[in-house]
Amino acid sequence: MASQTSPGATKRPRPLSPHLQIYRPQITSVLSITHRATGVALAAGTLLLAAWIIAAAIGPGAYARVAGFAGSWFGQLLLFGWSVALFYHLLNGIRHLVWDTGRGFDLATMEKSGKAVVAGTVVLTALAWILAKAV
Amino acid sequence: MASLRSPLGRARGLGSAKDGTHHWWAQRVTAIALVPLVLWFVVSAIGLAGASHAAALAWIGHPLNAVLLAALVVAVFHHAQLGLQVVIEDYVHCEAIKIAALLAVKAACWLLAAAALLSIVRIFVSAS
Repeated sequence: MASQTSPGATKRPRPLSPHLQIYRPQITSVLSITHRATGVALAAGTLLLAAWIIAAAIGPGAYARVAGFAGSWFGQLLLFGWSVALFYHLLNGIRHLVWDTGRGFDLATMEKSGKAVVAGTVVLTALAWILAKAV
Repeated sequence: MASLRSPLGRARGLGSAKDGTHHWWAQRVTAIALVPLVLWFVVSAIGLAGASHAAALAWIGHPLNAVLLAALVVAVFHHAQLGLQVVIEDYVHCEAIKIAALLAVKAACWLLAAAALLSIVRIFVSAS
């Protein structure tokens, strides 16, 4: 009897909740998991920030390699992706900080602020890259 | 209703994880710090796009930039460590792998932050 109830003796995998695949995606849930995904992506992006600073301290050779990678098509693609993730995480993070004060929890405000975050991400990303290419 | 918690446990308010709200609070403090720091860095990075080594050294070596960049590095790596910790705790269920991943993330964040900070100091000292 005891072996049947102890977790270690369980043979079949037990059902896990929630069953995400049966839910219709909603703006609230999609933006929520996107915040987490962009956070993980940005954590990887800190490698380039650290590499840029460290390479600058090491010398011109190391700096040229990091700058060359950042300027390559793959580096530019990564930087574009990280800039989208950064603006999204920044704006949605501010949305989270507002929630921390207890405001903005009704569904209508929630959807409005979510759409504002997405629109803001598009605008800030476009603005940043237009300025970066123009300077 | 009578509480089953001891008066001392209730006064400390640290719960079963013995950590209280420290993780949550530290994540918010670093988030608030990062709002202006990230905006400042994005504007600076746009100006530094395609900059030469000499231009990068001059920028990092400027006292205001050195201080703000150091603050950014500390807040970013602390915030990243706190966030990745939650993700690992949520999705990794094997205890050994979970602890190994948590330690690896913490080590990587500490080492990268230390290397970046020492680099900023080195550039700042040689510039002044």
